Amino acid sequence: MNQSAFRAALLDPDRPVPPGVTDPEGRPAGSRFDVYRNNVTASLTEALRQAFPVIRKLVGEEFFTAMAIAHVRAHPPRSPMLMLYGADMPGFLAAFPPVAHLGYLPDIARLELALREAYHAADAAPVPADRLAALPEADFLSARISFAPAMRIVRSRWPIHAIWAANAEDAPMPRERRAEDVVILRPGFDPAPQVLPDHAAGFLSLLQAGHPLGQALAATPDFDLTATLGILLSGAAITDIALETAPC
Amino acid sequence: MFDAKTRPDLPAKPGVGYKPQHFTDILENPAPVGWLEVHAENYMGDGGRPLAQLRHLAERFPISVHGVGLSIGGEGPLDPDHLARLKRLCDWLNPASFSEHLAWSTHGAEFLNDLLPLPYTDATLARVVGHIDRVQDAVGRRMLLENPSVYVDFTETNLDEIDFLTEIAARTGCGLLLDVNNVYVSCTNRKTGWNDYIDRFPHHHVGEIHLGGHDAQADDTGAALLIDAHGSEVTDPVWALYDRTIRASGAKPTLIEWDNDVPDWPVLAAEAARAAQILNRVAA
Amino acid sequence: MSYHVKTLAVAGSLAAALTAHFATPAAADEAKEKCYGVSLAGQNDCAAGPGTTCAGTSKVDYQGNSFKLVPAGTCMTMELPDGRMGSLEALDRDLPQG
Repeated sequence: MNQSAFRAALLDPDRPVPPGVTDPEGRPAGSRFDVYRNNVTASLTEALRQAFPVIRKLVGEEFFTAMAIAHVRAHPPRSPMLMLYGADMPGFLAAFPPVAHLGYLPDIARLELALREAYHAADAAPVPADRLAALPEADFLSARISFAPAMRIVRSRWPIHAIWAANAEDAPMPRERRAEDVVILRPGFDPAPQVLPDHAAGFLSLLQAGHPLGQALAATPDFDLTATLGILLSGAAITDIALETAPC
Repeated sequence: MFDAKTRPDLPAKPGVGYKPQHFTDILENPAPVGWLEVHAENYMGDGGRPLAQLRHLAERFPISVHGVGLSIGGEGPLDPDHLARLKRLCDWLNPASFSEHLAWSTHGAEFLNDLLPLPYTDATLARVVGHIDRVQDAVGRRMLLENPSVYVDFTETNLDEIDFLTEIAARTGCGLLLDVNNVYVSCTNRKTGWNDYIDRFPHHHVGEIHLGGHDAQADDTGAALLIDAHGSEVTDPVWALYDRTIRASGAKPTLIEWDNDVPDWPVLAAEAARAAQILNRVAA
Repeated sequence: MSYHVKTLAVAGSLAAALTAHFATPAAADEAKEKCYGVSLAGQNDCAAGPGTTCAGTSKVDYQGNSFKLVPAGTCMTMELPDGRMGSLEALDRDLPQG
C-alpha cells in the first residue's frame, strides 16, 4: 500500500479499494474502506456547510450538500487549518453550470470568506478618538492611515450586502438591482459587514495601499467622506495615523 | 531523543474537549472537570474570539493542546509551516501537554481531514520516529502519541501495534496517549482482544487517556464495525476497559471527547463525573 | 479644490464623524461577555463521520450533465422588479468607479 493509491481511492468512489488493504481475514476491505471515504467527504462537506451558511440558504440544503461534495473532490483543502477552507468556492461557483443563472453567488461566497478571515484576524487597538480630534489640520492631506488587520473590502456589481442580510439576519429581500461595495470591520470579536458609500471602496483601497489621504482623495470622485470616516471610527478600523511633520 | 523540560503536567483528573458553546458553563460550573483540551488547528488564527477565549480559559485551567492535522504517519515530509504554527501556539500558551496522532492526513499538498491508517513495518516505524524527532525539535517540547481507531488491516503489517508504539517511545523519548475507546474500536474491528491490549500496554509511557463514544455498524460480511464517532456517551464496555486500565496504570489525566452532536454541559460533566468516580476509587 | 479647501473639507468630515462617534454610547467591554459569542466557521476535530454510508461513496458525476438537482433555497424567492437577476449588462452602469 502506498498513500498515493489510498488517497486516489478515497476521493474517487469508482476506484477499487487499494491492494493490500483488507479485513481481519485478509479479504479486500470492502465497506471498511468506505468509512475513510465517508469521513473525508462528510467532514469536509460539513466544514463547507459551516463556512458558507448564506450560500447554503440561497441554494437549499440538498443542493448545497451535493454541490459541496463536488467541490471537495475538485478542491480538497491545501492546509490543515479548516477555519479558512473554501477559498476556491467563488471560482468553483462561477464555473458550476447548475448555478450559472445565479450570478451573484460567487460574490456572496467572497463575502462569507472575508467574514471568516476577519473573524480570525489579529487583534488591534484603534487610535483613540480624542487623539484623532487633536490632530493638526494642516497635516491631514499628508496623513497615511493604518487599518485593523480584520478590515476587508468586497466589491460587487450585485447587492451583496442586501442579499447577505436577508439570509443571515432578518432583513427583507432586496427589491432593487444595484452594485454594493461592502466593508467588513470587527470592533470587538464579531465581524460586521456594512455597505460603503459610492466610490468609498476605491478610496479605502488607495489608503490601504499606503497612499496619503490627499492623494487618495484626489484620485476619487466626490463621495461621502464623513459617512466613510464614521464607518471606520465605529468599526475601530483606524489603528494608526502617521502625519508627515513639516520641516522647520 | 527529547529531553523533557520541567513544567506542570496535566492533573490526574477528568478533562473535557473544549467546545465554544460551553464557555460560560465551564467558567461558572466546571466541577468535576479539572483541565481542558483544545484541537491545535482551531487556534492557529491570528487573533479574535478563539484566542481570547483560550487565553481566558488558560488563566483558569491547565490546557492540553491536541493536534489533529500534522500527519505524523505521512509518507512525505512534515509541513514546516504547520510545525511553525504549532510552535507559535505552544510558545504562546505554554500548555501542560501536547499530543498528536499515529495517523496521516496530508498527501502532497492536500489535507484530507481524517486520521488515516498506516501499516506497521520497520520502514513505517523509522519514518514515524524521524517525524516525531522533528516535531519535538521544532516545537521544543515532548509530545504524546495517540493510538488510532482503525477500520482496515494491511497485508504488509508485520509489527504489533503495541510493539510499534513502545519502540517509538523508546527511540524518541515521546510519551503515549492511550485512547481506550480507540483500543475497543480497533480490537473489535481487527477481531483481537481488547483486555489483552490493555494488559500488554506500556502504561509507564502514558501521559493522558482519552474516552469517547462510538457508533456500531457492520461490514459486508456482517462482522461488527465500530466507528470512532465521538457523538455519544462512552459505552459500558469502554468504561469497563477504562476501569481495567486505571487499575493497571494508576490514576491518569482522562479526557472525555465529544465532537459531534455536542450535548449541553450537564451531560458532558456527568461523563466526566463517571471518570472521576473510577479515578477516585483507585486513588483511595 | 485648492490644498487649503481640501484640508478644510477633511477637517470638517473628521469633526462631524467624531461628533457622531462620541455621541454613540460605548459598548460593554467586560472580558467574559466579549469572549462569549458566536463562533464562526468549521472546526478541526478528530471524530469520524457517520460510518460507511452516504457522502463518501456517492458516485454521481457532479461535474457532468448528470447533476439532477437545482438550487431550491431562498434564491427562488428573490424577485426583483424587472425580473431575474441573471443579466449583468444592466448593472454595469451602476458599477462604482475607481
